[in-house]
Amino acid sequence: MRPFTRLETTMMPLDRSNVDTDAIIPQQYLKSVKRTGFGKYLFDNWRYLDPGTLDMDPGQRRTDPDFVLNQDAFAGAEVLLVRENFGCGSSREHAVWSLLDHGFRAVIASSFADIFCSNSYKNGLLPITLQAEEVNELFEQVAQDPAFSCVLDLEKQVVRGINGRVFSFEISAFHKHCLLNGFDEIDLTLQHEDKIRAYESQMKQAFPWLFP
Amino acid sequence: MMENDTLYDKVWRSHSVHERDDGMTLLYIDRHLVHEVTSPQAFEGLRIAGRAPWRRDSILATADHNVPTTDRSQGIEDPISRRQVETLDENCRDFSITQFPMLDVRQGIVHVIGPEQGASLPGMTIVCGDSHTSTHGALGALAFGIGTSEVEHVLATQCLLLKKSKNMQIRVDGRLPPGVTSKDIILAVIGRLGTAGATGYTAEYAGAAIRALSVEGRMTMCNMSIEAGARAGMIAVDDTTLEYVAGRPFAPQGTMWDQALAYWQTLKSDAGAKFDAVVQLDAGDLKPQVTWGTSPEMVTDVDGVVPQDDSVDHRNALQYMGLQPGTPIEAIEIDKVFIGSCTNSRIEDLREAAGLIQDRSVADNVKLAMVVPGSGLVKRQAEEEGLDRIFKSAGFEWREPGCSMCLGMNADQLEPGERCASTSNRNFEGRQGKGGRTHLVSPVMAVGAALHGHFVDVRKWMP
Ligand code: SF4
Repeated sequence: MRPFTRLETTMMPLDRSNVDTDAIIPQQYLKSVKRTGFGKYLFDNWRYLDPGTLDMDPGQRRTDPDFVLNQDAFAGAEVLLVRENFGCGSSREHAVWSLLDHGFRAVIASSFADIFCSNSYKNGLLPITLQAEEVNELFEQVAQDPAFSCVLDLEKQVVRGINGRVFSFEISAFHKHCLLNGFDEIDLTLQHEDKIRAYESQMKQAFPWLFP
Repeated sequence: MMENDTLYDKVWRSHSVHERDDGMTLLYIDRHLVHEVTSPQAFEGLRIAGRAPWRRDSILATADHNVPTTDRSQGIEDPISRRQVETLDENCRDFSITQFPMLDVRQGIVHVIGPEQGASLPGMTIVCGDSHTSTHGALGALAFGIGTSEVEHVLATQCLLLKKSKNMQIRVDGRLPPGVTSKDIILAVIGRLGTAGATGYTAEYAGAAIRALSVEGRMTMCNMSIEAGARAGMIAVDDTTLEYVAGRPFAPQGTMWDQALAYWQTLKSDAGAKFDAVVQLDAGDLKPQVTWGTSPEMVTDVDGVVPQDDSVDHRNALQYMGLQPGTPIEAIEIDKVFIGSCTNSRIEDLREAAGLIQDRSVADNVKLAMVVPGSGLVKRQAEEEGLDRIFKSAGFEWREPGCSMCLGMNADQLEPGERCASTSNRNFEGRQGKGGRTHLVSPVMAVGAALHGHFVDVRKWMP
């Protein structure tokens, strides 16, 4: 996993609440057996005017010029700015893969759905929860100047906006550690292999019906 | 001996392998259910790292999302769907994992077959790469959905690193009026809490109205916990649970059963259990529910109207749904009807739905009304009871089991602008097909809408 330390970037504002993972990446693209290549289908139902499938060339489809993702001002933004309850609904990790594949490295929202959050950590996408008023302030800053760059500093747990505005965010020590170092959680867990085996032998005694 | 634990506290504690100083727990997983959509990348990861599944006998796999619901004997026509189902077949073969493949009578929606087989048991920790894994909590298990990286993590280590949630009790007292079902309770709860109202919590459903529900009805409630933001929903074990589990193929037998039973009977919240939040409802006050928007929280009573609100989300939803504020719910005409999904495709759902038909037929303006049983065994049972004939003679299509139009990964989809009365769990934009408009309802409400061509208050039509 690519470590996440500090990032200076423009933001893409998507002024919506309750953006569900079906909207982030619709069902027809979940048929892929790969982890990559989902960026071109990110927000598919909003960015394209006509329906698409995995075997169609997205370059041939009509895009909606009103949708933020299709506006030049926000090309290259590595942070997505949204409102509350981002990533609700289906557990599909394809949502995180499509955001990363498109080039986003962090999402700022006033709240996130649980499964989306854990999927993000596991792939090195940083979910940043700020107060609703702070998110609102960032929306206003982008509206005034789409080219403004914010700084995300994971070590210090802050987002720096315009005019010296600094917003701090919470993150668990564990997830911060994993993100900063790009650690693979499976390796971390397997360091406890003996504990898992010990637990299993204890449970085989206590709950034998679980080990047929 | 502590006596103020919730059911969730108990199951959590008994599965804790290791607690880290930073508040994360390594939690042991008893049952891992696998389907074709969220597993290929996990198996690929396992192969790349040269790892093998930690405990093959904890895994049960089936293909449900992509499978056709029409004649299957010729295989899957869509090459991309076929590739995904074949990938699951290959992975199960390569790693010696038990799978119910498409043509096996035990195949079905993963959340229907787990309990049906007794593969999901009280007190277990159960995961699946699918957010509706919360369904299995109806048996007094701790069951929740995970992402693909977590699927790989469980395959490789039999554990997950998690932070414990808070406890929420959702108490439903009183008695459900005729025509009002467990689906209406959970929709009303979501309407009350909002789609993020239970985020960070495990919900326990309790109260007289929950005790009175069958396990099938309880599964409908736990299933939609995630629609209120809760990753897991649970219900205490009682005689209803035990009767349901007894004799199922994967359930313990003989002395092992007795041993399990003694433990399972302790699986309820203690009298002094502390909940971080409590929500109370009276079942007697509830009416049939219909969603009108693009989020499950956008729900109202069948005798209500599409509400007025000036927020951006509300306006976006009404524009997408093609509805005006003030329109009576009963005046909304529909094009299609879908009875199925892991929320409402069990035998009891089909019995209730068929019971309302009474020699009537699907209305002329309804282009398609389909019934998709949750598993091959549900389908067989329904056919033995003659339910298929009741549906077919009323003009419903009777299909093969799978997820079907719940999310339209196979050929079962809405066309742009089509309006559907659906017993599934998500009314998100595009969920049933790009531009499709979904109204979530109970099975009896879906049948009522099919017979009349618009929503009706089934309380007036109950036999
Ligand atoms: S029936 Fe629908 S909600 Fe349930 S597992 Fe299948 S797609 Fe998901």
